[in-house]
Amino acid sequence: MSSLIAFAESFWALTIIKIALLLFIVLTVNAYLTWFERKVVALMQSRVGPHRVGPHGLLQPAADGLKFLFKEDVMPAGVDKFVYLLAPFLALTLALASLAVIPFGPKPLPPPITYFGHQIDLWVTNPDIGLLVLFSITALGVYGVALAGWASNSKYPLLGGLRSSAQMVSYELSMTMSVVGVLLMANSFSLTKIIEAQSGRTIFGIFPAWNIISFHGGVPQIVGFLCFLISAIAETNRVPFDLPEAESELVAGFHTEYSSFKFAMFFIAEYTSMITVSSLCAILFFGGWNSPFPSGPAWNFTLYLPSVILIPFGLWVISDGLKYETLIGKIVLPLIGAGIASIGALLLAGIWIKPLHDANDYLQGPFWLLSKIFFFLFFYVWARGTLPRFRYDQLMNIGWKLLLPVSIANVIVTAAFVLFRSAQ
Amino acid sequence: MSPALVIFFVLAALSVIGALNVILQKHPIHSALSLIVVMVSLAGLYLLMGAEFVAAVQIIVYGGAIMVLFVFVIMLLNAGAEEHTDFSKLAKFGGLPLALALTGLLAAAMIHNGGAVPNAGGTDIPLASTGKISVMLFSTFVYPFELTSFLILVAIMGALVLAQREKKD
Repeated sequence: MSSLIAFAESFWALTIIKIALLLFIVLTVNAYLTWFERKVVALMQSRVGPHRVGPHGLLQPAADGLKFLFKEDVMPAGVDKFVYLLAPFLALTLALASLAVIPFGPKPLPPPITYFGHQIDLWVTNPDIGLLVLFSITALGVYGVALAGWASNSKYPLLGGLRSSAQMVSYELSMTMSVVGVLLMANSFSLTKIIEAQSGRTIFGIFPAWNIISFHGGVPQIVGFLCFLISAIAETNRVPFDLPEAESELVAGFHTEYSSFKFAMFFIAEYTSMITVSSLCAILFFGGWNSPFPSGPAWNFTLYLPSVILIPFGLWVISDGLKYETLIGKIVLPLIGAGIASIGALLLAGIWIKPLHDANDYLQGPFWLLSKIFFFLFFYVWARGTLPRFRYDQLMNIGWKLLLPVSIANVIVTAAFVLFRSAQ
Repeated sequence: MSPALVIFFVLAALSVIGALNVILQKHPIHSALSLIVVMVSLAGLYLLMGAEFVAAVQIIVYGGAIMVLFVFVIMLLNAGAEEHTDFSKLAKFGGLPLALALTGLLAAAMIHNGGAVPNAGGTDIPLASTGKISVMLFSTFVYPFELTSFLILVAIMGALVLAQREKKD
């Protein structure tokens, strides 16, 4: 019994709690990302999108989840059973594992929040080689798709699997090369150190010294960022690089023969890697958890931006919910809105009350990082709603003849600048 | 047993079983998958010795790039299950004694150097930090390093020449 208590108070227990919490949040966000994607794409195509299940179709993800669980799990004849079952697990596990090294906020300023003496950081683990860990997980991520295509014993999945392994191997190169500039500027593989290297400075006293525009210790990584963004979209097999599942040619590509929850696992894996890539964009090029505003007394009002967003949003949700005639619309939506608005009001009260002020301070890092992640997720959906799919030869040409040389040139230019600066 | 020792034995067992599985499996894809298990568990062993960078590179290069190429080629050729024939005479009479001799030699060397288990969690070893490795690569080992890259470049150009020649015919 005492050893159980000792374990519950140990660092391991804290890590397990963190992992469970992160998984719960990410899987929920994944579910609502599908809703968000359908809504935004519908808006772009002048449709309504999901609106039947719950107000604004907000319960659609729950309905979809239940549907996936209760659908018949068909295993086609002649599949390689072990590999067929392994592939979705591999895809999902690797996608979720990559979240472990993403830092969602800075080390808390004093007073630290502790759990039986262990300080609570906003990351599961923070290795010195964080970025390399992410890249090694991406490198293994190919197998989920490739093996699914091979094991299904069907021609469309096989073609999808072949396409995806060729595509992911090609774009992995330019993705890795495009971040070398950032590594040179931060002088570290650690994601927290990369973010810290971008904080505390400003350009012309106003603009944040993020890697995308910063001249500090290198050149602005705009080229690197564009290369990274394009290759990362290709790595996650999303539009306009979704050839592995091109529905006009390959039915559904590598997951054609997967049904029920195994299909959902591929789906969740895809959305999770979208979140990972979006957070990498934010961390490597857009200052991670740093606020876009300069620090200093004159800019202290920006600390209350979360409340400025949360209060009107909560009030809007209340007023919107009252328009509904259903029970969920009339009662649940206003309750949620009231909750959001009161959180915002509490944070705003931090102007006068010290503990609330501290809470507001803690929330700044995650607030900015999540806003940036949200922007890039929107970008993904935006691209899906507007861009047509590339042809296969175009895809290979872009990867090998455009992105790879450009990202290598970016490395050389950045390295020359870093050398020049350090020689001065 | 300390946690590091437990992890070591798990990873060691995984890599040995994986390596055996590579040659015992009939289907090329299953063999390739076992080889991936070997690569990843070796990376885990490197991590246990404190060589973070080497572990990550092991997974990226061997576990990722090279093995993806293996799997890709097997899928592209759609290679079926192979038939196991009787062992050749050479393997039967020469292989087993040689394997035993090699195992004995390695075991003797390890026992001679005081224990078969590497010092887990050490951070003073030169392979621990990425910075130290890169300084070593570009100072002590600069000639082997550059020669290796030159060799790879030649190999790439050779592949290109071969591909172009087929096109012309």
